[in-house]
Amino acid sequence: MPSARSGTLAVYIHWPFCESKCAYCDFNSHVRDTVDHARWRQTLLAELNFEAGLTSGHQVTSIFFGGGTPSLMQPETVATLIDAVKKLWPTNDNLEITLEANPSSVEAARFKDFAAAGINRVSLGIQALDDRALQFLTRRHDLKSALAALATAQAIFDRVSFDLIYARPEQTIDAWEQELKQALAFGTGHLSLYQLTIEPNTGFAGTYKRGGFTLPDEDTAAELYTLTQAMTADAGLPAYEISNHARPGQASRHNLSYWAYDDYVGIGPGAHGRRLHQATARLKRPEAWLERVEQHGNGLETAEPLDSRSRAEEALLMGLRLTVGIDAELYYQRTGTPLNGIIDQSALSASIDDGLMVATPKGVTATAAGRLVLNRLIATLVGA
Amino acid sequence: MTTDISKIRNFSIIAHIDHGKSTLADRLIQATGGLQQREMVEQVLDNMDIERERGITIKAQTVRLDYKAKDGQTYVLNLMDTPGHVDFAYEVSRSLSACEGSILVVDASQGVEAQTLANVYQAIEHDHEIVPVINKIDLPSADPDKVKLQIEDVIGISTEHAVLASAKSGLGIEDVLEAIVRFIPPPKGDPSAPLKVMLVDSWYDQYLGVVILVRVIEGTLRKGQMIKMMAAGTEHLVDRVGVFRPKIETVDDLGPGEVGFITAQMKEVAQTRVGDTLTEIKRPCAEPLPGFAPVQSVVFCGLFPVDASDFEKLRDSLSKLRLNDASFTFEMETSAALGFGFRCGFLGLLHLEIIQERLTREYDLNLITTAPSVIYKIQMNDGTNLELHNPADMPDTVRIAHIEEPWIEATIFVPDDYLGGILKLCQDRRGIQKNLTYAGTRAMVVYELPLNEVVFDFYDRLKSISRGYASFDYHQIGHREGDLVKMSLLVNEEPVDALSMIVHRSTAEARGRHMCERMKDLIPRHLFKIPIQAAIGGKVIARETISAMRKDVTAKCYGGDISRKKKLLEKQKEGKKRMRTFGRVDIPQEAFIAALRMGDEG
Repeated sequence: MPSARSGTLAVYIHWPFCESKCAYCDFNSHVRDTVDHARWRQTLLAELNFEAGLTSGHQVTSIFFGGGTPSLMQPETVATLIDAVKKLWPTNDNLEITLEANPSSVEAARFKDFAAAGINRVSLGIQALDDRALQFLTRRHDLKSALAALATAQAIFDRVSFDLIYARPEQTIDAWEQELKQALAFGTGHLSLYQLTIEPNTGFAGTYKRGGFTLPDEDTAAELYTLTQAMTADAGLPAYEISNHARPGQASRHNLSYWAYDDYVGIGPGAHGRRLHQATARLKRPEAWLERVEQHGNGLETAEPLDSRSRAEEALLMGLRLTVGIDAELYYQRTGTPLNGIIDQSALSASIDDGLMVATPKGVTATAAGRLVLNRLIATLVGA
Repeated sequence: MTTDISKIRNFSIIAHIDHGKSTLADRLIQATGGLQQREMVEQVLDNMDIERERGITIKAQTVRLDYKAKDGQTYVLNLMDTPGHVDFAYEVSRSLSACEGSILVVDASQGVEAQTLANVYQAIEHDHEIVPVINKIDLPSADPDKVKLQIEDVIGISTEHAVLASAKSGLGIEDVLEAIVRFIPPPKGDPSAPLKVMLVDSWYDQYLGVVILVRVIEGTLRKGQMIKMMAAGTEHLVDRVGVFRPKIETVDDLGPGEVGFITAQMKEVAQTRVGDTLTEIKRPCAEPLPGFAPVQSVVFCGLFPVDASDFEKLRDSLSKLRLNDASFTFEMETSAALGFGFRCGFLGLLHLEIIQERLTREYDLNLITTAPSVIYKIQMNDGTNLELHNPADMPDTVRIAHIEEPWIEATIFVPDDYLGGILKLCQDRRGIQKNLTYAGTRAMVVYELPLNEVVFDFYDRLKSISRGYASFDYHQIGHREGDLVKMSLLVNEEPVDALSMIVHRSTAEARGRHMCERMKDLIPRHLFKIPIQAAIGGKVIARETISAMRKDVTAKCYGGDISRKKKLLEKQKEGKKRMRTFGRVDIPQEAFIAALRMGDEG
């Protein structure tokens, strides 16, 4: 049932191509010799049109170019899509427009053009400040070019973030402390710090299974995480989500939309969306998606209605990732379920006694200890 | 069609697991034309999936083969396939007593192994003529001469007439058949004597009802006879007489020495008793056959459905299984922790596992099994007696005068190399050594042991200490007084009744410590720390702590793909269904049975 509420909307655009596939990555990315940019521009535009037809009353608050490697897009394509969004939907004044970028010299050279196209925030996939680690992660860049790209980005964009992957094989607490210190010294307003996880069907999955490397044990991983929380907070970029840190006002508004369970549309191969009480997913293989869009005007593989129980669970899964936690009133507005209708109250009070959850003036949130075991905690809260 | 008794040969096959018993049986059936090639399923005689998978025989099977021998005469060969596990020792002895000889199959490269020993000695005890068959002689590692010597040394039987064969390739099968005819004696008996028939086994067939496998000892068994089961005291009309070839074939009658089946309009296997004597009411025999013993449950445990709403389904399934296996018993039981279930009695641990597995597999039930228990006899201070087969029912200790536990006499065959380990195992389990003799490089050890020390994991330990070479057989020798106590297990301060057990005071601490360690491994980390304690009365004798979970969070979660996180949650919900919740602690089902295995200790 379509929602009568015409709220805010985040727009995610997926560019599925990479120059090579990284061993840890399980996102929908593909390597192709050539890409017909004009054709891709048209099909992505068609998807925007399609989604706008369904969500016309919503106000767009952010656009996010993710991938894949969207910094491989032609700036012209990016400009066309941004302009289209602005024409198709009402947008707010300080529209946040983020581009994920690889920190290579080739791509840094185009940052100016991306800025001209309307990008006002970049997120660089630096991943490690160590050449051996970058090789292990099968990244194409080295540290030198990464730092150069970061400097260029900081010169051109007001808002710059970068990603690091930590809890790598054999990474000691001291080594990470040094690396994170160095990372904080660049003075960006935002950092995404992810612990390495081995996902199925990635390059690492097989190597890991065969014993090619080991990961830090649970206790070490917990210590690494705790250290990260403390250091980023001291540096003025406290965690606002499990793996995301920002100075005040510098949080990614786009990602906050996901975590606050606002509506978002996702276009491009494999993109996910949540709008009109439906979970949408696009065809994953680029060629299949392209043909579908050209024939039908959209690349939807599924658009499944979300019942109130599903919405309530999803909003809980997302909301408790945030440091501020869940606002009970907003939660009810967005899901139609009161917070105490999804959270088992005896499990909640036990979690509060155990120091994992805490009541806030507006609702509930997980404590730092609780966020560290969030998967299990949420399962317990919903009675699993 | 009473067969000329001098042309009958009744035999069983003795073999170590994997030495080729089933393949040889298949070949014999094929060679005598019992089944066409296209009808051959691998291992014709083991009907149940569990039998095929585990390579064990649970129910006795029989097949009648017509063989035209080199002397020009046609012989009737009855192959009796017998169960091969101590749990079914009684059934084995009944099957063996229905034969006059055995084929001893020995792998030409592996040689004699332990499992063979107990069975071959049992066959010798039943006065069997033994025909050794050295199998798999076409393997490069085969050394038939050495194996022959070993058979003579270790078992002490002549290998003069041993047959060299390869059941797989069909080599020597004719020689095996000839040897059966030449060396196994024909049965004896008088066709006109009063009817005397042994009930070898029985099972439920959905078309025929209860099918009774019989061996005629004296007289002639005919359709239409009114018979009496001498031990059961019941009377029945024989409405069908037949043989297995292995397909069912009805015949008019069965004479002395013949093996076949009857049906007698019976609905439940429970109406038949293995080892019972059948006779004709009109002209009964004077004495029943010796050696009958009623079936007795030896091991008890509780079976509970994981999903409480499956209780009725469990009851139905148990009833159906009992149609075909009268050797287990069940009655309703309630547990504070596990809800409604059944207290079940079994012949032994393997029997327990088989029933449990069949319930899971054939009836699609998810079950929790409690600690196996034996029957304790309790003498109360007020002079009354009671039998206890559930630790949960243990009366208050101040009211108990003394407790008696069942003991067994165990005979163990073990190669020299492992003797030390086996002796230590028996000592650790409160065993009393009665005898120790050598046969070649093998020792035969006789111990008296309390049964409750055996039901947990004695057999597993025995196998692991001896790398599978020890064989084990036992019989009960009555109850004896013992210093027995009830040990409770507390998880997060709450007693889990399903994990309480009766133990000897001298072993309580060790077992308590072990149980706590096992539970520590079996219960996953929770969001809080969990103490695990073993206690006797109010006194804690062992303790472990499961520390709280440190980290369990998905690092990356953007791109808006919530569905994957949802899947994780669904998986967690599924996982929860395989757990039992005690207070705030989820205990995985497998913990209930796994906790009782003593692992690497001892």
